[in-house]
Amino acid sequence: MTRGATRVAYALIIGIAVLIAGLNLALPETSALHPSTFVMSLTGKYLSYAILALSVDLVWGFAGILSLGHAAFFALGGYAMGMYLMRQIGGRGVYGNAVLPDFMVFLNYKSLPWYWHGFDMGGFAILMAILVPGLIALIFGWLTFRSRVSGVYLSIITQALTYALLLAFFRNDMGFGGNNGLTDFKDMFGLKLQSDAVRAGLLVATAIILCLQLALAQFVVRSRFGKVLIAVRDTESRTRFLGYRPESYKLVVWVLSAMMAGIGGALYVPQVGIINPGEFAPGNSIEAVIWVAVGGRGTLIGPIIGAVIVNLGKTWFTAILPEYWLYALGALFVLVTIFLPNGILGLLRARRSGKAEARAVAP
Amino acid sequence: MLRAALLLLLVLFGPLAARAEDAPANPGWSLLSGSYDDLRHGVEELATSGAPNVATALDALMAGQLVVDGDSHLFIQADDGSLVDAITGAPVGGDAVDADTLRPIRVNNAVRRAIEAALGNLRLFSTDPAIRRAAADAVFKARDAAALPALDRAIAQEKDSSIRTALQQARAAAILAGNAPEADRLAAVATIAARGDIDARSVLASLGDQPATVATAAATALTSLDRIAQLWGVLQSVYYGVSLGSVLLLAAAGLAITFGVMGVINMAHGEMVMLGAYTTYVVQQFFRDHAPALFGLSLPIAVPLAFIVAGAVGIAIERGLIRFLYGRPLETLLATWGLSLILQQFVRTIFGPSNREVGTPDWMSGAFQLGGLTITWNRLIIILFAIVVLAALMAVLRFTALGLQMRAVTQNRRMAASMGIRTPWIDALTFGLGSGVAGIAGVALSQIDNVSPNLGQGYIIDSFMVVVFGGVGNLWGTVLGALTLGVVNKFLEPIAGAVLGKIAVLVLLILFIQRRPRGMFPLRGRAVES
Repeated sequence: MTRGATRVAYALIIGIAVLIAGLNLALPETSALHPSTFVMSLTGKYLSYAILALSVDLVWGFAGILSLGHAAFFALGGYAMGMYLMRQIGGRGVYGNAVLPDFMVFLNYKSLPWYWHGFDMGGFAILMAILVPGLIALIFGWLTFRSRVSGVYLSIITQALTYALLLAFFRNDMGFGGNNGLTDFKDMFGLKLQSDAVRAGLLVATAIILCLQLALAQFVVRSRFGKVLIAVRDTESRTRFLGYRPESYKLVVWVLSAMMAGIGGALYVPQVGIINPGEFAPGNSIEAVIWVAVGGRGTLIGPIIGAVIVNLGKTWFTAILPEYWLYALGALFVLVTIFLPNGILGLLRARRSGKAEARAVAP
Repeated sequence: MLRAALLLLLVLFGPLAARAEDAPANPGWSLLSGSYDDLRHGVEELATSGAPNVATALDALMAGQLVVDGDSHLFIQADDGSLVDAITGAPVGGDAVDADTLRPIRVNNAVRRAIEAALGNLRLFSTDPAIRRAAADAVFKARDAAALPALDRAIAQEKDSSIRTALQQARAAAILAGNAPEADRLAAVATIAARGDIDARSVLASLGDQPATVATAAATALTSLDRIAQLWGVLQSVYYGVSLGSVLLLAAAGLAITFGVMGVINMAHGEMVMLGAYTTYVVQQFFRDHAPALFGLSLPIAVPLAFIVAGAVGIAIERGLIRFLYGRPLETLLATWGLSLILQQFVRTIFGPSNREVGTPDWMSGAFQLGGLTITWNRLIIILFAIVVLAALMAVLRFTALGLQMRAVTQNRRMAASMGIRTPWIDALTFGLGSGVAGIAGVALSQIDNVSPNLGQGYIIDSFMVVVFGGVGNLWGTVLGALTLGVVNKFLEPIAGAVLGKIAVLVLLILFIQRRPRGMFPLRGRAVES
């Protein structure tokens, strides 16, 4: 991707977010141009998904690791943020317990479990939203890459990882709200979460963080480190013979990607207002992969486009033709892999280079 | 002798002479119309008398249907008011009795207990062996020393050896309840310990207040019973594990074949299982509508049909989709996942999202006891079925031309192609075979799981685990993987709970691939790196 295109992408992402947020705050609700709070939260949700797609592309597009469990890191980040938001409810819950969240009172907890301590502080929660996915990715990646598990084997194991977390978070005794997850949030950083101003702020923050992550990813793949990574993706054994340690390169990018996904999840939860174990479902992770495939694997900007387009389609389909969404999604998987192996961006690029070739030949 | 003759007369001429013949067959009868104490003694007397119709009369007494008229004649009055002579069992015309003088015989709790005990003892002499056996068990559980005389007589005349054993065990329990000498009690403890079931266990556990030697003997017997029970528990877990493993084996065998030959993971494999289950449902609907009498045949017919349906869909998937994605296993994974979504939604559109009712034929339902194991027929048949399917699959791989070519392609695709094997056809047929086996697995799963569009999803991750664990080198790896995962799962379940057990298995698997990244039976040689 050229630097020009990247600049356009930054401008578009932040521009759209600021435009929607600004219009929502500036115009009265009666105005035809006033975007509803729902639209604002929806845009924020899409941009959070775009962060997840970006993180998937970083490992799949540049290290050749097809993760079928990346939504797990996203959800872990989301749970960290959800725990902070739960603690912010304080004594305003149904049971009025100042320390324990409602579901803990309901399940007869006497005191806060140790891992819930510190989540009354926003900064700590954000740190955890990055560190916990990072730590789990580190352990998992260290175990798998070191033993040279790769290809479909690795994909299946990542799916097993998210499946195991799904089962774990469904349990009530895990202390994460079981089946119902965490919801009924009230405040964030002392401000009312339901207010338009906070929603607008969250949207703009998501857009800015997405751009920062894009910049980071661009920096990583253009660095020397990124070049080795691409070599690992293309021929792992040859890179190893040249004296590099592919597993270390993979591990670094894997952990980085998991942390990025965690931040995405932390931004996602306050905007949709709930986090539950369903987010760990293997299907979610695979859907995130198709966003990347639709937009264009290995392009960084493509996945952002793919995440937004596919989710727009999902919103539209589930509202108009709910029974046909799965047909459409299934067809998307099949058609994109067969006819659009390089995604939308790949198609555009092929066109442009085709035209350039034509120009070069014509005169 | 006289009494017997009279009884015979009563039976023969009863219907004619019921009112005229007043000589009571047994003094017990006359006591029934007296006070509560008389009543109780009468019941006990009758119970041991061996007189006919006693059981019926006592049942009626219990139900408040035994009535007595002014002349102390006993009748059983049915709900519709008709009368039967209680002693002879002969019907009595309505005009023969002065209905105004009839009064029901009331009972109190002491009498009720006596009746229950008496009925229990009476059944010991029933002509129906099943009733005798049940009565022996009831007496065993009642632990009533008063039943001893009846038990002794019953043992003396019992012909069936297994019922006699049950009676002897009941006698042992009764001895322990009374005040027999210590030697008898020790013998009784041994008899009960030999019985060894849960009732015997509770009898032994209640012997703490017996003389020291008896109590010690009981405690020793109890520990050894517990040890045996523990052993059976382990065996039961192994059996459940093997049962789960056979299901996993059926689901994973097809996956292992396609993965081994083509190196692609078919994410729609679970949906092939689901199609097999729905084929079973359709076949059963057909039988329900057109030939309900032949319902037992529905499964044997569903098996080949499910193979054909799922196999055909599999070949269509390979020809229509997978062959375009050659050498791109990760993309194949995504495309087949999309396909699985479409197939699920397709089935949901046609059959609806709710569970479909798949019946179990008579020959597959029920359970039996094997030592301390409870074995249900459907699970056992599925285990046997898995063995048969596995054997058939191995035979195909080993003895047919297709199997030979499949193995060749697995080991070295390019070399096989150079030798004239048409690898695209082998791929298509392999995929068809793997999918067909998945369809057969669906028939088996329809017997133990809900048939819904999500059926396949529940098994796909477990099947993957089997393949990862077993490797793709040969089917024995799949067998080992399936059985290991099944048994480990079932052993962890009671310790850690079903969910944590499953998580533990997944974590163990991730650790396992540290040692063997390509499973227990990895492919060797050049095929590995490609």
